[in-house]
Amino acid sequence: MLLLVRDIGGIAILFIMPLLLLIVITLVQDSTFKTISDIKIPVLLVDNDNGEVSKKIIENLSESNSFQILQKSSEEEAKEAVFSGKYQLAIVIPENLSASLQKKVDQNVEGILSKFGLEEDTLAVEKETIPQKEVRLYFDPATQVSFKSSVKNGIDKMISKIETQSIYKAFQTELGEEDSEPIFDTENFIAFKEILPTKNNEEIIPNSAQHNVSAWTLFAIFFIIVPLSINLLKEKNQGTFVRLRTTPVSYATILGGKTIVYLSVCLVQFTLMLLVGIFLFPAIGLPGVDVSGKLPMLYTVALFSGLAAIGLGLLIGTVAKTQEQAAPFGATSVVILAALGGVWVPVFVMPKFMQFVSKISPMNWGLEAFYDVFLRNVGFAKILPEISLLLLFFLTTTAIAIIYNRRKNAV
Amino acid sequence: MIEINQLSKKYKGAEYFSVKDLNLKVEEGEIYGLLGPNGAGKTTLISMLTSLLKPTSGSFTINGLNFKENKNQLKQLIGIVPQEYALYPTLTAFENLAYFGSMYGIKGETLKKSIDEHLEIMGLSKFAHKKTATFSGGMKRRVNLIAGILHKPKVLFLDEPTVGVDVQSKNVIIDHLKLLNKQGTTIVYTSHHLNEAEFFCTHVAIIDRGVIIVKGIPSELIKTQNDANNLEDVFLVKTGKALRDHA
Repeated sequence: MLLLVRDIGGIAILFIMPLLLLIVITLVQDSTFKTISDIKIPVLLVDNDNGEVSKKIIENLSESNSFQILQKSSEEEAKEAVFSGKYQLAIVIPENLSASLQKKVDQNVEGILSKFGLEEDTLAVEKETIPQKEVRLYFDPATQVSFKSSVKNGIDKMISKIETQSIYKAFQTELGEEDSEPIFDTENFIAFKEILPTKNNEEIIPNSAQHNVSAWTLFAIFFIIVPLSINLLKEKNQGTFVRLRTTPVSYATILGGKTIVYLSVCLVQFTLMLLVGIFLFPAIGLPGVDVSGKLPMLYTVALFSGLAAIGLGLLIGTVAKTQEQAAPFGATSVVILAALGGVWVPVFVMPKFMQFVSKISPMNWGLEAFYDVFLRNVGFAKILPEISLLLLFFLTTTAIAIIYNRRKNAV
Repeated sequence: MIEINQLSKKYKGAEYFSVKDLNLKVEEGEIYGLLGPNGAGKTTLISMLTSLLKPTSGSFTINGLNFKENKNQLKQLIGIVPQEYALYPTLTAFENLAYFGSMYGIKGETLKKSIDEHLEIMGLSKFAHKKTATFSGGMKRRVNLIAGILHKPKVLFLDEPTVGVDVQSKNVIIDHLKLLNKQGTTIVYTSHHLNEAEFFCTHVAIIDRGVIIVKGIPSELIKTQNDANNLEDVFLVKTGKALRDHA
């Protein structure tokens, strides 16, 4: 413990960097969790239609509060601005979109009504071929796929709605009804409602802070692998490990001592991160973390996650021969375990094989346990399998470290 | 006290044995010097005797005990002062000693008293609470020695305990080792300082290429060797003048 305390710079890095990581990531990700974003993305729009449909598209985009519409006169100009990275997106509405859509809808409606014998002119008229129209989207090549997908879906939904409304309107006109008295309800009949978990009859809405505190706290806890393995190697290089080996104290006891010290560090780290989530986040405009009634379970998950991380750190520190081996290996292992565990990309969107691999990542067990407590509001029994796996991981890695050391130094 | 039978060590990938079929007896109360040029096998021998290295073949006992059967008992019985400083640089001298002392089960006031006494003898009392990173080589050597003797070992192994230190520090270390020996500690030590060994050791063994070339009481060894005035003469006659560099 004294060795850690004496290294003020090391302690600062150990505690401050994870906090910084948590704050920065939460600030960055916060907007993706908000229903209405404070930020408007500038979008270039080339309106070659200048009709009813384009007017509605522009109206809908403006009303979405997500986009700031900047009109451009030429498709080439818009394309160049987007492909050079100045803008994320350009939408090009084709010429005669409104007229063609109207013609197509009218044609379809007339066709249907004639089948019912409602059309006055029953003479067969040859159908005019109306070419399909395409709304062109240009994305900055650096734009992330998830953003592209959500924009495409949004525009697709908007255009479908406009088409539906045009069809209803055409029917109304064909039936000779007044536009002022709509006979069709154009609103969606089927609606969605998200049912959230409740606690004391109150809905618990997950926010960016809860997601981030879960994921990044775990990430920080696992980073204990690096200083711990370096500490073990320093002892080997300083020669103090040689002295320790000649004392009656076993290697298991030495590792036990280190486990207690580094576990305390993990729990202090966790406490600081929770305090930041509870008090600092609301003060800087981020959603706060609600820990009411969850603290014992949260500390249980942190404790077992810390043990798993320490077990891996002890193993790396025992097997590695130099600090140059341990530090990069430890840091990269944490990043790989985080990726596999679902810290960055949710496990359910991973390919099947990676989903399987993810199940054997201790960071996945820890993350699921944190989500269970923070977001799913489950009881202790639900997190028991996850914390058991974390404990098993600690016991296995530590046992391997002890056996390896015994074999290597057997006399 | 120490009985070594046909002890050998060959490192993985090495062409030669570092220690080969070595036999040696060290009686209780002796100060036994293991002398030899660089790479002779002195440190390898001490490492095997202190359980730091696994012998390739052969055996040894210390006070009738061996590491396979009486590991903890034997570890309590021996003390080691390695050639490296083997101290935590960010800890003070007192903290270092308290930590290593506690590893032998010495606790509380007994531990504190023992540390204070040893620091006083070694002239380090006023530096007790200073970090060892700020110590000179001689001061570190003295703390290194205390760390190996706090638990009052019956047998003390020292690997070059006076290497790289000033004359004053060397005298303090040698005087303290003599005192320990008088109090009943058997000492096995390696050194390059042949003059020091000549006057300090009761017995010496000159080792070269892993085998003992000659052993006995220093004064008798000098007498038996024609034209030898001191141990250094005996050493040069027995080991030759050729350099022993190898990698």
